[in-house]
Amino acid sequence: MPKTKPVLTFTIDGKKCRTSPGQTILEAAKANGIYIPSLCYWEGMKPAGACRICTVRVGGRYMAACTQPAAEGMAVENDVPDIQDMRKAIVEMLFVEGNHMCPTCEKSGNCELQALAYRFQMLVPRFPFQFPVREVEPAGTKILLEHNRCVKCLRCVRGVRTRDNKTVFGALKRSKDKKIAVDQALASALPEKQARQAMDRCPVGSILRKEVGFAVPIGKRKYDKKPIGSEIEKAEG
Amino acid sequence: MSKPVIATASLAGCFGCHMSFLDIDERILDLIDLVEFNKSPIDDIKTFTKPVDVGIIEGGCCNSENVEVLREFRKHCKVLISLGECAIMGGLPAMRNGIPVRECLEEAYFHSPTIDPADPRLMPGDEDLPIILDKVYPLHEIVKIDAYLPGCPPSADLIWKALTSLLEGKPLEIPYSLLKFD
Ligand code: SF4
Ligand code: SF4
Ligand code: FES
Repeated sequence: MPKTKPVLTFTIDGKKCRTSPGQTILEAAKANGIYIPSLCYWEGMKPAGACRICTVRVGGRYMAACTQPAAEGMAVENDVPDIQDMRKAIVEMLFVEGNHMCPTCEKSGNCELQALAYRFQMLVPRFPFQFPVREVEPAGTKILLEHNRCVKCLRCVRGVRTRDNKTVFGALKRSKDKKIAVDQALASALPEKQARQAMDRCPVGSILRKEVGFAVPIGKRKYDKKPIGSEIEKAEG
Repeated sequence: MSKPVIATASLAGCFGCHMSFLDIDERILDLIDLVEFNKSPIDDIKTFTKPVDVGIIEGGCCNSENVEVLREFRKHCKVLISLGECAIMGGLPAMRNGIPVRECLEEAYFHSPTIDPADPRLMPGDEDLPIILDKVYPLHEIVKIDAYLPGCPPSADLIWKALTSLLEGKPLEIPYSLLKFD
């Protein structure tokens, strides 16, 4: 950190952290080698505060670490049993409110929702399965939109744009009826790189680049060996 | 002292979990020293002949017979394990859950490409056949389940670890490398 930048200090679970004003708790934690689980957050993109997996507690109040800026003297609770269990409950809720059949999913092994479930040792969701009726949308020539797996994180809405800065995805309706919509013509016109990026940006197997599924063998996928977040925790040792 | 007794069943599953069980390879020799099998497709014992310590079930419930077998297992087994994706989440059979049963049956017996149009269209409806449920249910939504082993199929190592932990009376700790949903 350059000397000229102001520094503020705060703690996460008692551990001293330093950051610069304006940084969110989540970013500051990351810079200090602490993992706060997240799902809708994407580095560099305006946070949406949509999933609440990053919930932390400060002074008895719950807040989303991806939207809340760190402040001088803050005492953040992160890795404590009740908060971890609440995050796990959110993951379980996401599993039952969609149709997540991992064995058939192109994203399995690289999926952030599944990786969170592994990290939290989810063996079975505590909520009844909803088995909602959702569709698979052949969204133009390049992309497939698998609504059964969408977690409404809005990463695609926020982050996928054409060269002339048009959004390709949008959100329809609200709450449990919320649904992602795609402009098929724009999605088909995306250059290959952007089409792949759209797929990579989706944390789950909802946005798929057609014809490229199951390319990485089991054992070599992102979360096969190491839990999500371990890359952050490792940074600090 | 008599050996602990194990029973297994495959309901709305593909027998893949049982195959994975057999994948413990030569450890099966240790297992038959350690335990005795009762009702199970592994030894082909069809009905319970004694109380069972550990019941292991693969597959969810898609028809009335599945429910009956599951309840029977619950009655006879001290510990009941839900084994694999289909038992825990419904799995592939549950892909029909958004489709009305009549539509599924009509697709299979009236409209499928292999139906001979010259044949009279018949849908099986004999009263001796189990009734298809409105949807496929995970086991824990029907009876109490004591332990869950995810995977499609759960790996032989996971099954082995779970069984040995249970037999030794230790809590089951699943290492990261063995907790997989696929
Ligand atoms: S999106 Fe993730 S959690 Fe959902 S089925 Fe695919 S791998 Fe499983
Ligand atoms: S399609 Fe993917 S990126 Fe878009 S909201 Fe759904 S889960 Fe998020
Ligand atoms: S990561 Fe903060 S609300 Fe989703």
